[in-house]
Amino acid sequence: MDVLWESRDPLTVRQVSGRLTERDLAHTTVMTVLDRLAKKGFARRERDGRAWRYRAAATREAYVTELMLNALEQTGDRHAALARFARSVSDTEATALRRALEALGHPGARDGNSHEHGQSTVSEDGQGRVREATGE
Amino acid sequence: MPATALVLAVFAAGCIPAAWALAGARWPRRSPAAAIVLWQALGLGWGLAAVGALAALGTAGARAGVAGGALSLASRVLQGRSVAAGILGLRLLAVLAGLLLLLLLFWILVAASAGVLRARRRQRVLLSLLAHGDPKVPGALVVDHPAATAYCVPGLRSRIVVSAGALDLLDQAELAAVLAHERAHLRERHDLVLLPFTALLRAFRWSSVACEAHACVALLVEMLADDRALRHRSARELATALLRVGAAGGAHAPTGALAVADGTAECQVAVRVSRLLRPAPRLRAPALVLVGVLAAATVAIPAAFLAMPF
Repeated sequence: MDVLWESRDPLTVRQVSGRLTERDLAHTTVMTVLDRLAKKGFARRERDGRAWRYRAAATREAYVTELMLNALEQTGDRHAALARFARSVSDTEATALRRALEALGHPGARDGNSHEHGQSTVSEDGQGRVREATGE
Repeated sequence: MPATALVLAVFAAGCIPAAWALAGARWPRRSPAAAIVLWQALGLGWGLAAVGALAALGTAGARAGVAGGALSLASRVLQGRSVAAGILGLRLLAVLAGLLLLLLLFWILVAASAGVLRARRRQRVLLSLLAHGDPKVPGALVVDHPAATAYCVPGLRSRIVVSAGALDLLDQAELAAVLAHERAHLRERHDLVLLPFTALLRAFRWSSVACEAHACVALLVEMLADDRALRHRSARELATALLRVGAAGGAHAPTGALAVADGTAECQVAVRVSRLLRPAPRLRAPALVLVGVLAAATVAIPAAFLAMPF
């Protein structure tokens, strides 16, 4: 697939074979793999004389986006097929989290100037939101 | 109305406020495993009572009890004896309704499982094409995307995935904490624990109880994995990893992504962080026993009413 993504034009099996730098794969192996990719929908093929020309069905970025959209719950993971480490948060919540991070003594990812809070505690208020309170 | 049917109907209806009470309670955070067991018992008890109430309507007066009565009714029908109109017909209808509900509940479980398996297969295929390993996260796969996220794909061929953005964002200790958390999910098959609630949510999307139950169990499962990860890493490492990934969420979201608006619910990440940094004492043995007894009763009561003869 990497070879297909890097090429702008459709390639024949021989051309794909030639561009595979990693291993010496038999011509038939490359053909089988391309055939399987086409059947699974990742590659499209068109006849060119007697040979087939293969190209990627979608860009690499498109597939990465599909992966990430599932991971970020943007497509509404109705199936709950994955277990995310941290659920998506709203903007206000993200700001509160960033403040809590700074309170712990770590500079926020975006914030260059982190305030010196000294001894701060991260605590819950009535609604369970993380707030930092400055102690001594 | 026959007594058994009434009791079962009241029980089923009573499961709803019980669910809300459990959702609003604070003690689950102190022992997530116990709370999860109680939630499961509540779901199962509700199912038994709802199906049972309908079946009991149809078998009222049968001396063999609900289960026995339903079986004898079924055998009468199968033997071709005339099921006369009127009371008997209504009885049959009630039993059929109960059976239908039972089948529906099984069906939503099967359908949800199929959907999950399909989604995971797609993930694994894409990962095999796009992801690669990285020495910073041994045993996990990395996807080249700037948005910071990490997740696992449960199942027989499980995978742990970390985005390139997360790799840049977190230091070695925090990454190790993330991996420990995800491994706990995979090892203890938390996905199976959550599956029935996901199925109920899909089937009863309009029901706020179903939504709440699913959200609660999902959060408890995350807390459980957090606890397991604490066996290997410190609370602080896990908490900062959570904060970093949570705070960065959406910064590099793919175009076309929608913002998650969840204003009313508590921020899950914030709750988990507070819990890690200021842990409340675990529930002691007597409290755990009480929860266990409650869970057992929630299942045993409807089951008993279903099985025992009048």
